[in-house]
Amino acid sequence: MRIFSPEAYAKSVVASVQEYSLLCARAVANIFSRPRYMADIYAQMDSIGAGSLPIVVLTGFFTGCVLALQSAVNLKVFGAVNMTGELVTLAMIKELGPVLTGLMISGRNTSGMASELGSMNVTEQLDAMRALGTDPIRKLVTPRLVATVVMVFFLTIISDACGVGGGAFVAVYMLKLNAAQFFHTGYMSLEHGDIVEGLVKPVFSGFIIATIGCYYGLRTTGGTRGVGQATTQAVVSSSVLIILVDFLVTQLMIGIFGR
Amino acid sequence: MTATAENPWMAEFLSRGGPMVEFENVSIGFEGNPVLRDISFQVALGETRILLGPAGGGKSVLMKLVNGLLMPDRGRIRVFGRWLNEMNEDEIFQMRAHIGMVFQESALFDSINVEDNVAYRLEEDHVPPQEIHERVLEVLRFVDLEEAIEKFPAELSGGMRRRVSIARAIIGRPELLLYDSPTGGLDPITSSTIIELVVKQRDVSGATCLLITHRLQDAFTLATHRFNLRENRMEPIPNHRVDPGTRFLVLNEGRVVFDGTTLELTHTEDPWLREFIQ
Ligand SMILES: Nc1ncnc2c1ncn2[C@@H]1O[C@H](COP(=O)(O)OP(=O)(O)O)[C@@H](O)[C@H]1O
Ligand SMILES: [Mg+2]
Repeated sequence: MRIFSPEAYAKSVVASVQEYSLLCARAVANIFSRPRYMADIYAQMDSIGAGSLPIVVLTGFFTGCVLALQSAVNLKVFGAVNMTGELVTLAMIKELGPVLTGLMISGRNTSGMASELGSMNVTEQLDAMRALGTDPIRKLVTPRLVATVVMVFFLTIISDACGVGGGAFVAVYMLKLNAAQFFHTGYMSLEHGDIVEGLVKPVFSGFIIATIGCYYGLRTTGGTRGVGQATTQAVVSSSVLIILVDFLVTQLMIGIFGR
Repeated sequence: MTATAENPWMAEFLSRGGPMVEFENVSIGFEGNPVLRDISFQVALGETRILLGPAGGGKSVLMKLVNGLLMPDRGRIRVFGRWLNEMNEDEIFQMRAHIGMVFQESALFDSINVEDNVAYRLEEDHVPPQEIHERVLEVLRFVDLEEAIEKFPAELSGGMRRRVSIARAIIGRPELLLYDSPTGGLDPITSSTIIELVVKQRDVSGATCLLITHRLQDAFTLATHRFNLRENRMEPIPNHRVDPGTRFLVLNEGRVVFDGTTLELTHTEDPWLREFIQ
C-alpha cells in the first residue's frame, strides 16, 4: 500500500507548476517565430467565437436583467431607484461581464481542448505529429491561445453590451424607469479605469482557458478514462483560476486607479 | 529522390556505411519503474531488425527512443552517426525527416482525411500542391488504397488504417523505418497483406527497418521471403535460405535476452528463448 507522503505531494505540485509555466512560455514564444499556423488560428476562432456567441449573449442579457431587478429593490429603500442604470453598468463592465464570459467559455472550451488534445495524446497522435516533424505546442497550443484571448476579449464586450441592454429592458418595462436616464447615469458613472479593468480581465481569462485546457490535454495518460478525468480537472482548475485572477486584477486596478 | 539529396551530412553518413542506430547502455523508467535496463545494440545500414518480446517489455518505448520522442535516463543513443543527446530540438526535427514511423494503433489524425494525413509531412515542408497530390497518389497506390483517398480515418477498417499509416510513413522516402506492431490487432489474412507490404517496401527502397511484432510467423516471413517486382508478389527465398540482412533482438523484462541472426535464434539453447519461440 502507498502511504501518503507530504514531501512527494509537494514535489509533484512544484513539478506541475513548473511544467505549466514552461508550456505557457513556449506557447507565447511561438507567436513570435515561424512557422505560424494561421489556418488553425482561424479555425479555432470560429469554433470558440461563433460557437460561444449564443451562450454569451444569453447569460449577459439575463445577468443584466437580474442585476436591475435586485438593485432596484435595494435602491428603493434609499429612494435611489434612479441609480439603477449606474449600478448595472458598473457591475456588468467591471466585474460580471468579464467573469461570467470567462466562466462560460471556460466550461465550453477548456473541456473541449482538454478532451481533444487528451484523446490525441492517448492515441499517440501527438507522438505521430512530432515524428512527422511538427511541434504540437506550435501547431495545437499556440493557435488555441491566440484564438481564445482574442475571442474572449470581444465576447466580453458583447456580453457587457447585452448585460446593459438587459438591465435597460427590465428598468423600462418592469420598473417603469426612463430609458434615457438609465443609459445616461450609466454612461456618466464610467471612468477610464473601469473600462481598462473590464478589458484587461478577459485577456487573463482567455490565457487561462487555453493554457489550462491544453496543459491537461497534453499530460493525459490512461486511455479514455484518463481523458474524462483530464477534462473535469481542466474545467475545475480554469474556473477557480479565473475567479482568483479576477480578484488579483481587481485589487491591482484599485491600486492603480483608486476605484 | 530521397530526403538525403537535400541533406549533405546524410549523404556523407550513408557513404561511410556506419551503423544506422546504436544504443549504448540505455536505461529508462517511468515514475520509478524501470522499463529498459542497460540496453546496447546496433542496427546496420540496410538491416531489417525484428524486435520480439512479451507485451509490456518496453519494445514501444525503445522505438520511441530511436526517434527522440523519449529521452533515456542513462546511456546514449546514436542515430545516423549523431548522438541524440548532443542535438538541439531543431536538429532532432531535421533528423526525424529521415525516419518514418508506423505507430501501434496507426495514430492517424482523425480530424483530417486520408489524403491530408498522408500529405502531412510534405505540407509541413511546403512542397507545391501539385507535387504533393502526385506523391500521395503514388504512395497510396503502393499500399493499394487509392480509392480511400477522400475517406476519414473513422471510416476505415483496422487493416486500411495500418496501410494509410505506412503510406504516411514512407511518403518522405525515409532512410530508416520504424514499425510498431504493424499487424497488432489484425486478423491473420490482413496481417499477411501488411507483412507483404513491409517486405515490398524493404526490397523496393532498401531502407533500414526496425519492426516490432508479437507474431513470430510475421518475423519468419520477413526473414525467409523477398519481393518479386516483376510478378508483383512476395515469394520465398529459394533453397530455404534466409535473408542475411534480417536480425533479431529479443527483450524480456527490460533486458536484451537475444541479439543475433535468424539461424542463431532458431538454434538457441536458452530454455526461456526456446519456450518463447515455440
Ligand atoms: N509515457 C509513459 N509513461 C509511463 N509509463 C509508460 C510510458 N510509456 C510506456 N510506459 C510503460 O512502459 C512499459 C513498457 O511499455 P511498452 O514499451 O509499450 O511495452 P511493449 O513491449 O508492449 O510495447 C509499460 O509498463 C508501460 O506502462
Ligand atoms: Mg507496444
